[in-house]
Amino acid sequence: MSPDSLVAHNGEFAEDHSHEPNNVFGFWLYLMTDCILFATLFAGFAVARHQYAGDVSGKDIFDLKYVGVETALLLISSSTYGFAMINAYRHKLGAVIGWLALTFLLGLGFVGMEINEFHHLVAEGHGPDRSAFLSAFFTLVATHGLHVTCGLIWMATLMAQLTIGRKPLNTVYINRLMCLSLFWHFLDIVWICVFTLVYLVGVQS
Amino acid sequence: MMMQERPSPFGALRGGVAKCAAPATALGALLALGGCNYSILDPKGAIGVAEKSLILNSTYAMLVIVIPTILLTLFFAWRYRAGSGARYEPDWGHSVKIEIFCWGIPTLIIAFLGYLTWTSTHALDPYRPLESAKKPLVIDAVALDWKWLFIYPEQGIATINEVAFPTDTPIDFRITSDAVMNSFFIPQLGSQIYAMAGMRTQLHLIANEPGTYPGMSANYSGRGFSDMRFNARAETDAGFNDWVAKVRASSDKLEADNYSKVAAPEEKAPVQYFSAVEPNLFNEIIAKYLGKAESFRSGMKGE
Amino acid sequence: MDLLGRMTWGDLAVLESPVIMGAGVFMALVVVAVLGTITYMKKWPYLWHEWLTSVDHKKIGVMYIIVALIMLLRGFSDAILMRTQQVLAHDGHPGFLPPHHYDQIFTAHGTIMIFFMAMPFMIGLMNIAVPLQIGARDVAFPFLNSFSFWMTAAGAILVNISLVLGEFGQTGWLAYPPLSELKFSPGTGVDYYIWSLQLTGLGTLLTGVNFFVTIVKMRAPGMTWMRMPVFTWTILCTAILIMAAFPILTVTFGMLSLDRYLGMHWFTNDLGGNQMMYVNLIWAWGHPEVYILILPAFGVFSEVVPTFSGKRLFGYNAMVYATVCITFLSFIVWLHHFFTMGSSANVNAFFGITTMIISIPTGVKIFNWLFTMYRGRIQYTSMMLWTIGFMVTFVIGGMTGVMLALPGNDWVLHNSLFLIAHFHNVIIGGVFFGYMAGYTYWFPKATGFKLHDGWGKASFWFWLTGFYVAFMPLYALGFMGATRRMNHYDNPAWTPFFDIAAVGALLVLCGIACQVIGLIVSIRQRHENQDVTGDPWNGRTIEWSTSSPPPFYNFAVLPHVDALDAFNETKKRGHEARETPVYSDIHMPRNTPAGLFMAVAAGMLGFALIWHMWWLAVISLVAVPVIFIVRSCNDDIDYYVPAAEVARIEALHNARVAKLEPAHVA
Repeated sequence: MSPDSLVAHNGEFAEDHSHEPNNVFGFWLYLMTDCILFATLFAGFAVARHQYAGDVSGKDIFDLKYVGVETALLLISSSTYGFAMINAYRHKLGAVIGWLALTFLLGLGFVGMEINEFHHLVAEGHGPDRSAFLSAFFTLVATHGLHVTCGLIWMATLMAQLTIGRKPLNTVYINRLMCLSLFWHFLDIVWICVFTLVYLVGVQS
Repeated sequence: MMMQERPSPFGALRGGVAKCAAPATALGALLALGGCNYSILDPKGAIGVAEKSLILNSTYAMLVIVIPTILLTLFFAWRYRAGSGARYEPDWGHSVKIEIFCWGIPTLIIAFLGYLTWTSTHALDPYRPLESAKKPLVIDAVALDWKWLFIYPEQGIATINEVAFPTDTPIDFRITSDAVMNSFFIPQLGSQIYAMAGMRTQLHLIANEPGTYPGMSANYSGRGFSDMRFNARAETDAGFNDWVAKVRASSDKLEADNYSKVAAPEEKAPVQYFSAVEPNLFNEIIAKYLGKAESFRSGMKGE
Repeated sequence: MDLLGRMTWGDLAVLESPVIMGAGVFMALVVVAVLGTITYMKKWPYLWHEWLTSVDHKKIGVMYIIVALIMLLRGFSDAILMRTQQVLAHDGHPGFLPPHHYDQIFTAHGTIMIFFMAMPFMIGLMNIAVPLQIGARDVAFPFLNSFSFWMTAAGAILVNISLVLGEFGQTGWLAYPPLSELKFSPGTGVDYYIWSLQLTGLGTLLTGVNFFVTIVKMRAPGMTWMRMPVFTWTILCTAILIMAAFPILTVTFGMLSLDRYLGMHWFTNDLGGNQMMYVNLIWAWGHPEVYILILPAFGVFSEVVPTFSGKRLFGYNAMVYATVCITFLSFIVWLHHFFTMGSSANVNAFFGITTMIISIPTGVKIFNWLFTMYRGRIQYTSMMLWTIGFMVTFVIGGMTGVMLALPGNDWVLHNSLFLIAHFHNVIIGGVFFGYMAGYTYWFPKATGFKLHDGWGKASFWFWLTGFYVAFMPLYALGFMGATRRMNHYDNPAWTPFFDIAAVGALLVLCGIACQVIGLIVSIRQRHENQDVTGDPWNGRTIEWSTSSPPPFYNFAVLPHVDALDAFNETKKRGHEARETPVYSDIHMPRNTPAGLFMAVAAGMLGFALIWHMWWLAVISLVAVPVIFIVRSCNDDIDYYVPAAEVARIEALHNARVAKLEPAHVA
């Protein structure tokens, strides 16, 4: 400590305790831990991916066209979220809500298609209890789907807060939108890995 | 002795023991409290002997630094106590010479131990067949809840909780489990290895002295774990043949239809002999976990 | 009775045996007595406003340590029971604990000591010390901090509920499958294990994120990386380890629970499950966890040795590099926990060598503390005793650790009592001694008065001798082929060693008694042992520059750091610069019960899942995000402390110090 340490540093460190800049950094770190979570699941999937135990393999159950549509929905939703963020920085609340609503619908479509896929598999007797491969498949894909669902709940909450709740589109809310944006794009990247390593590789082997 | 016949990978290790004979006596005196009960330090086979010398050599290598560190700690603690009048330099906190020493000495010792690790891990690898003029004896060991099933595929016999083999003959243990994870371990012969269902692990051991050595599961496996013990009998060739004859005289047979009864969970299981055993039983025990699904729900009802 | 899931009257464990009945009744009486006393003294509003809803890192730290000390008593009573059982149960005598109880006890002992004693203790210390050491007013996310704490508390409560309702796991503290699968463990034990650890694990993960951001973003002006106190450095590395390791634990337990709840086949024997994957994953978390525990202890020693040697730390840079080295190396050694699984010789040798390499930076640390004492003036407080006791004991534990790192040695010593002796050697002699030193060191900072040092010293000597008497026989037993987790044995030669070990456990009991008495005595004599100046040990880092306990805003004016050991430099220059400080308004977070409520809901979720009470599970699963969303709608989460109020609080403190000053001179 210097001799002048007892003098307040008003100008330079006035921002010291506003937590907002930390939020995005902290959330980004949380995403990195989530990344490790998915990496572990991918590793588990890699171990189990040929353990069919006499039940179906990926070739038997994956419909690439169907999954392709799912993928398209999620990828487009990333772009629409991007437009929402551009408008957020321009403080255009109406446009933000519009783009968010579109993103929400696309995400909902993705989750719906995934639930439908699972429902079919279970109905046909290929549930997660039939083989290690199916356990790994359901766990990995459903974990991603649960994350997307959490993202949707978060998105709905933010939209409600900004419209019904009449919250101002200030730094606090732009930061929250920013965190959700990171989350949403992160889930897109994870999905690209799922699509490649589970579905594309799965139909070949 | 078997060890002389082999182009021994343990030669270097044994040489090390001779050089360290003096500290070994000191350590021996310290451990004498337990007499001959130190089974790990009283090995009866070549693998165990090599592992014992590895333990001692690695310990000596580390004592080279551990003892001076402890003494120096106590000395500094006494010498620089407040009020001792020793030299006091509150702002001294860096010295390249000491730093080199701090990093250098541990690095040297670890380099030596690393070399020892690399060579000994390869030499003592449980999967590595032992070289010998004698044909190895194959024994299949199956961990059950909470007992050991031994199958002699060449002799066509099986036992529960007792295993026998001739001395100076390499034994080729093939190990699996028909229950939870266990570890197959005869301390006085050396290494242990896990027993896991649906998988086969291997362990190559040898006994060089006749005797009865306790064996056990070294990995906790539930309620009856503490009694999951067996005797390993190292016999002369003639003694082993007598033992096989004794097992063959048993009226019990181990067949596909009574296997599940034999394998049922049991605590403090007595020794049992089977004069005949279903051929290929060991492989079937492994293979049954690779089969098709039964309904999970129907499995649940059994609980 | 669907409402109660699978719970029946038979699950009331207290009805099972007089021992458990006694323990259960005793526990219930203690809880009733505590709650009754609080109600009688009308302390609920105080507790609620000042503690339960607090987001102040210092109070959260104190609460963490209270949890750790309570769970230390619980975990240690398990240890006493185990030692007693192994004294009695040999040569045909079954002892007094049948396997059903004994197996729960050693599982609970390990689980509690690691997750609910060591972890909360460590997180408590970092909560108390880190923000003060870096000159911050709180952590980066105070609300999250409160939530993390209550998640740990919820997990601890679940573990204790298992004592009276249902059972705890009987699988060993890492619950290896297939033993922990439904087929072999159909009861509630493994479910209690999984959910209590998932709750506390999530809390810990968030703590890791929180402290990483705090240290990276909120250091006082001038505190560059290489001016950070070593304790803060070790916590930074611990936070990295937590963020990298705990997600693996979450996934691993998640997979195990999917096996148990949905009949999946991640780790089952059949249908393609792979038990070896569980063992790999759990240790990919478990080995970093070891360093999560020990690095902060190293940090404590690095504060205690310079302070009580009256001298700067030797080789600060080397200490930092060694810490960072250990952090990275700790991720590439996990396989040494199962050399006996049948990996190839190349793989085993690789992991054996990487394990040994960790001992190099660790050795450097030992030498650095040694040369910090060199040419110092060592004051023998209890903290310094813990430290020297650690240095001697830890070197031995490190040596036995390197012995086990040689696969050839491990093949005969794996799972033996030698292994048990080794890790108690480093966890008691390293982690616990370190935490005790840290507890005594920062106690006055957290409470405003010092601990009674005589009782502290007595506790140290009992712990030290108790440790050696209890665990040296276990090293010997390991060489005799005695394995861990034996309910009974039939080798009469082992009995004397178990008898000696039990005496050691009794000595440790005396050590714990001294700690408890010491705490009570110190609280009663708090006025005599008051720390008025805020700097009771002639400390070197800036947490000692503020009052004890610090005001809720920590520093009236943020310190400017221009050197390592900044406060020591300030003192050397004298307090000549004591001009009238200019205070400004201070931005602080408001207390909130949201973290507590969310953790209560999460705890109920865990309980509901254990007992298959699906209605309660759904309600509590919905409750957690709802509470969070309600809180996120509240914009009034912070406020400004007016400069005048800061001035008033500081004036009071200055007056107290001024009153002391003449006595100081005399």
